[in-house]
Amino acid sequence: MTASAQPIESARIARVAAWRPPFLRSLPLRLSVFAICALWTLPTLGLLVTSVRNPLNITTSGWWTALLNPFAPNQWTLSNYQTVLSSDGMGNAFINSLIVTLPSTVIPITIAAFAAYAFAWVPFRGRGILFTIVVGLLVVPIQMSLIPILQIYSAGNLYGSFLGIWLAHTGFGLPLAIFLLYNFISQLPRDLFESAAIDGASHLQAFTRIVLPLSVPALGAFAIFQFLWVWNDLLVALVFLGPGAEVRVLPTALFQLIGSRGGSWHLLTAGAFITMVVPLVVFLLLQRAFVRGILAGSVKS
Amino acid sequence: MAVARTENPRLSRFALPIAGLIGLGLCVAGILVLLDRQGGPHLLASIYDLLGNSAGATDLRNGSGDQVIAKILLAAIALTVGVGGIWLLFIGVGSLVSLLRPRWRDRILPWVFVGPALLLLAVFLVYPAAGTILRSFVDDHGQFTLRNYAVMTESDFTTILRNNAFWLIVGTGASVGLGLVFAGLFDRIRRESLAKTIVFLPLAISLVGASVIWGLVYAWQPAGQPQIGLLNSIVVAFGGQPIPWVTTSPINVFAEIVIMIWLQTGFAMVVLSAAIKGVSGEIIEAARLDGASERQVFLRVIVPVIRGSIITVSTTIAIVTIKIFDIVYVTTGGRFNDDVVANRMFHEIFQFFDDGRGAALATLLFVAVLPVMYINLSNFRRQQRGA
Repeated sequence: MTASAQPIESARIARVAAWRPPFLRSLPLRLSVFAICALWTLPTLGLLVTSVRNPLNITTSGWWTALLNPFAPNQWTLSNYQTVLSSDGMGNAFINSLIVTLPSTVIPITIAAFAAYAFAWVPFRGRGILFTIVVGLLVVPIQMSLIPILQIYSAGNLYGSFLGIWLAHTGFGLPLAIFLLYNFISQLPRDLFESAAIDGASHLQAFTRIVLPLSVPALGAFAIFQFLWVWNDLLVALVFLGPGAEVRVLPTALFQLIGSRGGSWHLLTAGAFITMVVPLVVFLLLQRAFVRGILAGSVKS
Repeated sequence: MAVARTENPRLSRFALPIAGLIGLGLCVAGILVLLDRQGGPHLLASIYDLLGNSAGATDLRNGSGDQVIAKILLAAIALTVGVGGIWLLFIGVGSLVSLLRPRWRDRILPWVFVGPALLLLAVFLVYPAAGTILRSFVDDHGQFTLRNYAVMTESDFTTILRNNAFWLIVGTGASVGLGLVFAGLFDRIRRESLAKTIVFLPLAISLVGASVIWGLVYAWQPAGQPQIGLLNSIVVAFGGQPIPWVTTSPINVFAEIVIMIWLQTGFAMVVLSAAIKGVSGEIIEAARLDGASERQVFLRVIVPVIRGSIITVSTTIAIVTIKIFDIVYVTTGGRFNDDVVANRMFHEIFQFFDDGRGAALATLLFVAVLPVMYINLSNFRRQQRGA
């Protein structure tokens, strides 16, 4: 990717240069880009503004009026957050989300990295067919798994347990993890493995000393994928963890908040922002790695 | 990992298995704590007992006291077991197998590497998929029946299929179309990355969160009252009557699809933008010299060249829209003629406790994504042959 970046960038500069029209001619372009960005930002901005407004004002005027009148008395407050975090249990749900998400991200990456290395570089019988099955499993809807897994979990006392949901997220995340990591690991130069074998390195050593350090970009990209997917997931959490206050995660808690506090926008918006803040930070900090992962996963074919 | 790096062969031969065994024992203990519904408080209570704080321990066992600390303790155990345990397993078993004779080692080691993945895939995807298909063809007593599929002949199922078709066609079409247009537009401005980040950002937001965000946009009050929803306040400002967007059929289906478009356009844009940048400048230059307008260059030169990426993005988003659940479930629960297959399936299972009909609907979703699976597999085969 780095090797081809230079000509692409210069082609882009050439294109921009060729296109640089006089200011007036580019005005429609600038205006439409500005309109698009405004359209994409306004809904989230509305949420953010509403979440810090005085609840009394929220039902009587739109959130934009607060922006027009920012210094009016009693306009802003953080008490909405205080309420949802404590009495509506979002604080507890936040900790649960962390407990669910981190292992659900690390476990599948580890398992998939070992598997992807074997699929790419360790010959064994049935390798081709097994990997084809993994590719086929990429699109199988989670809905296909709900009933049988729930039966297993009820029998094995795993329903509503953190262990149960880690395993579920690991299973559901594995096809994409193996596929992405295989795409990356199979492209590593053959010489590396041959010289390692000559030096007497075992497969385990080749994996920990060559594959892992070189695959950090791919591992990171998938980690972000899986982190966002698990953190934002409602269906799996609802089915396997359930709505109990002890174990419920943020999306479940927010969904229940909608049910119990339907009209209370001051609480809904604050609750929604609490669910969003971690993924947004992760996303903004690691956007490049995330984009790389998306491109590795989809441009390939 | 640190364990595997040990250089002294004699040390690693004995230290590794011993360290592995100790670690494995700790992991088993951790899993036992995690399986206990009250594991966190109970463990902390035991620690308090050891430290002589019997009052704190009693409080914890009665469900009060330092519950937050218990939760954090549980989280720490969860992370250690989940992260460290899996490493120990691989390194430990891998090292043990390495001690075998080469012939056996080479035969077993690959299965140590792929074994856990295959096991989990079998348990969580293959076995359940087969079970769900079978379940859809039997009644509660295990007798063969097609009655579960009768759910698809009921009158409201026409609406469900219509809605799913809207989601598939409008949702996918608009996301990909807008993504393509945005990629083309942003390619020509100087602050490209900022504009892209703004459109891309919603992808990090959960569907539940997005439903709340847009619920505020769609908020409705009866005519005459102040409108706090952005959309209705615009409608009223232009002299119209406020519209209850999420409860009016069929507008509500499109109101929900817009949420999905808002989320997915950034994904389409990023992939297509990368594809556009891969189009060689020479082709574009040649088209310009031939007198093509910018629009013609985009539609007749760039779009055909990146056709492959457009198809990939479309199939990816199509799968998401076919399986759409969260937005409908959260926004209305499908009560206002906006129901979709996945939401109906959830209600069949968890509200009506009709596993058979739920399984039939899941199977329908599965059949709907089969064409995409076929495309993926043939792409993959072509790639393998090319490599």
